[in-house]
Amino acid sequence: MIGINVYLALIAIATLLSMYRVFRGPTTVDRLVAVDIMTTITTGLMVLFALYYGRMIFLDVALVYAILAFGGVIAFARYMEGGL
Amino acid sequence: MNALTAIGEILVLLGTFFYILSSLGLIRMPDVYNRMQTATKSATLGSLGVIIGVGIWALGTDFGSIPWLTKTIVIAVFLLLTNPISAHALIRAAYKSGIPLWEGSVVDRYREHLEAKEKEAGSPENPDETPIKEGGVE
Repeated sequence: MIGINVYLALIAIATLLSMYRVFRGPTTVDRLVAVDIMTTITTGLMVLFALYYGRMIFLDVALVYAILAFGGVIAFARYMEGGL
Repeated sequence: MNALTAIGEILVLLGTFFYILSSLGLIRMPDVYNRMQTATKSATLGSLGVIIGVGIWALGTDFGSIPWLTKTIVIAVFLLLTNPISAHALIRAAYKSGIPLWEGSVVDRYREHLEAKEKEAGSPENPDETPIKEGGVE
């Protein structure tokens, strides 16, 4: 109906809007929240790339990226809490 | 064939709409706690829509298959399980590192909980020792 390029453009707009909070956030946790949202959006972007190129291997990339982003956010949260 | 493509496109459109809504909330809200409230939920819902929508959409094309849909469902369930955990850890780190609430906030249940636990622990000069000893006895 609309086409996959429009969805890719909408996801790019969402990523740019959350990047505003990364540059502007007053505290460190604000930037971490924005980066967490950006990793979630990037996982959806990888899945859309899998449909765009018609290759299933991008789905594996998306799964590994989600796992690594989760571990990174948990490590940063422990560091902010003072337990690392 | 064509109905699957239409359903998938509608789901992807809904997901991208929620992505944009979550980043607008990230800009608009006044406080890190409110930002986390508005951003995490809608981003999780948006990625559920996008990922499962791509799985259904691929079934309608010539290269799509059942393993494609299975892989997308695995990614969606993983995001649904791990996104609240990371949000909880981040917000607890924010509270523990002493970021104040917005001045319009009226309820702070976590501080009430911490004060009640400290009062229950009893010994004011050494509040960190008592729960460990109780855990050891039990």
